[in-house]
Amino acid sequence: MNQPTLDFSTTLGNAWFPAPIFTASGCASSGKELSQFFDLREIGAVVTKSVMNKARHGRATPRMAETPSGMLNSIGLQGPGIDQFLAQDVPWLLAKGARVIVSIAGETTDEYAMLARKIRSVQGISALEVNISCPNVENRGMVFACERDTAARAIDGVRKIIGGEIPIIAKLTPDVTDITSIAAAVVDAGADGLALINTVLGMVINLETMKPHLGGKTGGLSGPAIRPVAVRAIYQVHSAMPHVPILGMGGVASGRDALELILAGASGISVGTASFGDPMAIPRIQRELTALLVAKGFASVKDAIGYAHREDGN
Amino acid sequence: MSTINKSATQLNATILSNKRVGAYHQILLAIGDLASVCRPGNFVAISVGGDTSRMVLRRAFAISRITHGSASGGAMELIVAPHGSGSKWLCAQEEGVELDIVAPLGKAFGIPTTPVNALLVGGGYGSAPLFGLAEVLKSRGCRVDMLLGASTGSKIYAPLEGKRSASTLKIFTEDGSMGEHGRVTAPIRELIAQGSVDVIYSCGPMSMLRAISEITDGTDVVHQCAVEESMACGIGICMTCVLPIKNDDGSISMLRSCIDGPVMDGSLVAWDLVGKTPPVGIA
Repeated sequence: MNQPTLDFSTTLGNAWFPAPIFTASGCASSGKELSQFFDLREIGAVVTKSVMNKARHGRATPRMAETPSGMLNSIGLQGPGIDQFLAQDVPWLLAKGARVIVSIAGETTDEYAMLARKIRSVQGISALEVNISCPNVENRGMVFACERDTAARAIDGVRKIIGGEIPIIAKLTPDVTDITSIAAAVVDAGADGLALINTVLGMVINLETMKPHLGGKTGGLSGPAIRPVAVRAIYQVHSAMPHVPILGMGGVASGRDALELILAGASGISVGTASFGDPMAIPRIQRELTALLVAKGFASVKDAIGYAHREDGN
Repeated sequence: MSTINKSATQLNATILSNKRVGAYHQILLAIGDLASVCRPGNFVAISVGGDTSRMVLRRAFAISRITHGSASGGAMELIVAPHGSGSKWLCAQEEGVELDIVAPLGKAFGIPTTPVNALLVGGGYGSAPLFGLAEVLKSRGCRVDMLLGASTGSKIYAPLEGKRSASTLKIFTEDGSMGEHGRVTAPIRELIAQGSVDVIYSCGPMSMLRAISEITDGTDVVHQCAVEESMACGIGICMTCVLPIKNDDGSISMLRSCIDGPVMDGSLVAWDLVGKTPPVGIA
C-alpha cells in the first residue's frame, strides 16, 4: 500500500504532541483505568482531572443524569488534592510514557498561584490547563471565567509563577455573553492557549420526586448535544485571535467530529463523554481522523486547523 | 483505593437467547474465553440503542450466571428488568444480534476459604447473581440458605435450576401474592441469633442493603452487599457512582462503586451519608 504520509503531530504553544487527540479533564481520572483498554502513549496526552490544593469529596449523589445525546454531571471536583496527585498520579503516568497535561482548579486567585508553584517543581509535565470554569461548585461566583477581570487575575497569578517553561492553557465556559472578550482578557494576562469549551450549565427535574434530580441541583451538560456550541465558540475565538492555539472539546465522538472542531480552529481535541460510552473512543477517533484527513487531501493536522475560515472561494 | 478489574475487556458478544421470565428478560450472551475470568458479583457494561442512538452511556447489569463449554464456548446470563429506555431496547434485541460489551467489571463477592453458613438475600431482580454465587459456595462445601423478596410475586426471580443450589429458599412479598407476607429482612435477626449465619451476601435495592447492615451491626456476621448506584461509565473514570466508605481512622472516602464495588463490606458503608456531602478529614 502506498499511503500518503500524514503529519499527525500538533503543538499547543511550545508543547509538541505526536497526535492531536487528548483525554478531557474530568473524564479520564488520572489515566489508570483507560490504560486497561489502550496504550496511553498512542494518544496526544492525558489531561488529568482538575485538581485542587486540598482533598475534596465533591457533591452529593445523584451526580449524573443522561439527557438526549448527552449527560449532566455534578461531580464538584472530587479529588485527592495536589500533593497526593503529584506524588502518585503524575509519576505513574510519566513512567507509562504518557504525555501529561495537568489541570488545576482553585477557589481563590491565590490557590491557582499555589497550585502553579507546586506544578513548577515537577519535571515532565507537558502543559498546564487552568480550569477557571468548573460549573459544579457551591458558588457560581467561583467561576472565574464568567468575568474578564476575575478570569484575567487567575491567569495572571499563574503566569507570575510559570514564565514560559510549559504552556498555560485557560479553560473557558461558553456560558457568557461574549466568549471572545473573556478569551482576549486571559490571553492578555498571559495564557498561551485556550481550552474551549467546559460543560454547559443545565438542570434535569425528576418527575417522580418533582425536584431537581442531581444532588447539586445543577450540572454540566456534555456529549454530542453541546458539540455545535463548541464549534461556534472555537470558530469565534479563532476568528478573533487566529494565532492563539485552542484545545477544542465538546461532544466529540468520532473522527468526523474531531475534524469539525479542527476546521473551526482547534489545534488539539479532548475527548470526554465519548470515553464513558466507549473506553476505546480515543484510539478509534484517532484512526477515523487520520483516514479523514488523508481522504480530504491534508498533509498534516496543522494544515486543517482553522481551514473553515478561509475566504478563497473554494 | 482499588484498581479496575484486570480482566476487563471490550468485545462484541452475540445474543444466544432472549426469553421473558416473569417481569424480566433472561438474556444469554456468547463471550468465549472471557467466561473463565467472570466471578459472581462482577458486572457488565453494555452499549445500547445502536449507532444513531441518542443514548450516549452504557448500561450496567450484574452478571447473573456464567456457563462454560457450551457449543459456542462460554456464555454470560443477564436478568434484565425492562423499565428504562436502555433496558427496554436491550430486552427487544433478538437472538443473533451483536452487543458491544465491557466485562468483567468491578469487585466480585469474596468466597470463604473454609466452609461457612452463608445466607443469600436478594431483592427483586437483585436475586439473579445470587444463584451463580450459590453454586460456587455450595461447591466449596458451604451451607447456603436463601431469602428472596419483592413488592409482588411477578417480581420474584427464582429459576428452578437455581433453587437446587440452595439448601433452603424462602420467598417474601410485600403484597403477600407469593410466599410469606412481609419484607425479606424480617427473619434475618432471628437466624443470626440462632447462630446459623456466618456470612450474608446481599443484592438488591439500597434500602434493603442498609436494613441488613443495621441488623448485622454489632454481630460477628460479615455482610457483603452488591450496591446499586447510577453510573455513567462503569470503568472508573466519571466519578458519578461514589459511596461514602468509612476508613480505619474514622474519616470518610468517597469510593467508586464500579471499581471499589459493586460488592462492598456493608459494615464500612456510611449508609446515613449516602446522598450527602460528608466533610473531608477525620470525623
